[in-house]
Amino acid sequence: MSQTSNIEMHNPASSKKMLMAMVGIGIISAFLIVMTFELTLPRVQRLKAEALEKAILEVLPGTVRTQAFGVSTNGELVKIEEGDKTETTLYAGYDKDEMLVGYAIEAAGQGYADIIRILYGYDPDEQKLIGFQVLESKETPGLGDKIEKDEGFLNNFKALDVSVSEDGKLRNKVITVKQGEKQNPWEIDGITGATISSRAIGNIVGTSTTEVVPILYQEHKKDKTSQGQKQMESDEQR
Amino acid sequence: MSNDNSKSKQEVTSTDEFIKGLWRDNPVFVQVLGMCPVLAVSNTAENALAMGLATAFVLLMSNILVSLLRNFVPKQVRIASYILIIATFVTVTDYAIQAISVELHKSLGAFISLIVVNCLILSRAEAFASKNTIGKSILDALGMGLGFTLALFCLGAVREILGNGSIFNIPIFSDGYQSWIVMILPAGGFFTLALWLLIINAIQTRKVKS
Repeated sequence: MSQTSNIEMHNPASSKKMLMAMVGIGIISAFLIVMTFELTLPRVQRLKAEALEKAILEVLPGTVRTQAFGVSTNGELVKIEEGDKTETTLYAGYDKDEMLVGYAIEAAGQGYADIIRILYGYDPDEQKLIGFQVLESKETPGLGDKIEKDEGFLNNFKALDVSVSEDGKLRNKVITVKQGEKQNPWEIDGITGATISSRAIGNIVGTSTTEVVPILYQEHKKDKTSQGQKQMESDEQR
Repeated sequence: MSNDNSKSKQEVTSTDEFIKGLWRDNPVFVQVLGMCPVLAVSNTAENALAMGLATAFVLLMSNILVSLLRNFVPKQVRIASYILIIATFVTVTDYAIQAISVELHKSLGAFISLIVVNCLILSRAEAFASKNTIGKSILDALGMGLGFTLALFCLGAVREILGNGSIFNIPIFSDGYQSWIVMILPAGGFFTLALWLLIINAIQTRKVKS
């Protein structure tokens, strides 16, 4: 008790000094941080966009132009302009003849260490997944991070069946099985030594495809018929 | 040896300030400070080097600022102000690394923000920069930072060679090499650190004896 009052008595003027020192350092810090943030922001954004663009080209081979889409609340595809943010973002890729190569879809889910963010390519004509890439993961180096590099595992995604049945639902949910036990075209062959991580990928892809693929497939069918009609109309006009 | 000691006490030359961080007071091998990044981010030579340089940069900048403000900051709030200064430069480094390479930022991950609590930086601020001139503080930070980087690199190189069969992602063994996965995992960090401590201590004991 006496000691505390002693300290207070001892330096009556120093609280002002302390406050000044802390505020002064705070101002310097704020200035430095804001300055670096402003200076690096354009480059960071460009690098991130480049990394995403590269990933899209990887999962949708032959793409030269991309267009971002979002899924609206009533389950329709909406074009999004730069800066807009929606819950599910997907990118349509077009080849040099402006024909649709497929859709690149972003998905995320819990992995072994942290949330894993992935991007996969969907080809609505073939009704298959045609590419896959991990955008962000903190899986254990040497074990869990095989989901990014293991060739055998990545080959699963060259033709993974995600066909849609008559009632507008996915016929078979994508699932990860034990290494070497893959029997059906919708199963992912897992990795021994990265069981949890490869299963997590199965879950993420499974959940995301059940949601997004039916919408994309319906949209694609509609597009095709409307395109066909337009084609016929223009043919008639000629 | 005793002769050496008394001399360094009498007049500490500027080269001494620089050299001591590299060998005599090496932050990792002698002071055993900042073990969290040392063990966690030394799984490849590249990560180790990047982490070491990031830490050295933060150390240098915070030493400069702490030394500049040493007469202005009251004793009671010095630790708080050091942490504030260190945190500022860590944030700056975080943005800078993001701007340099997304890949690098991905592999260093959470450990960049953890530089804030690296006791090496706080100990240099408290024990050295707050009592010495800017010039000496800069030399001290450079020596300690480079010593830390060197130590991290020693660990990272050994772990990558044994655990991955490569150095800077360039394979050095033929395809038949079976890598020791344990060396990349956290346990490998302890093994390698122990190995290096053994070597360095052996050298130093021999020096004292002769």
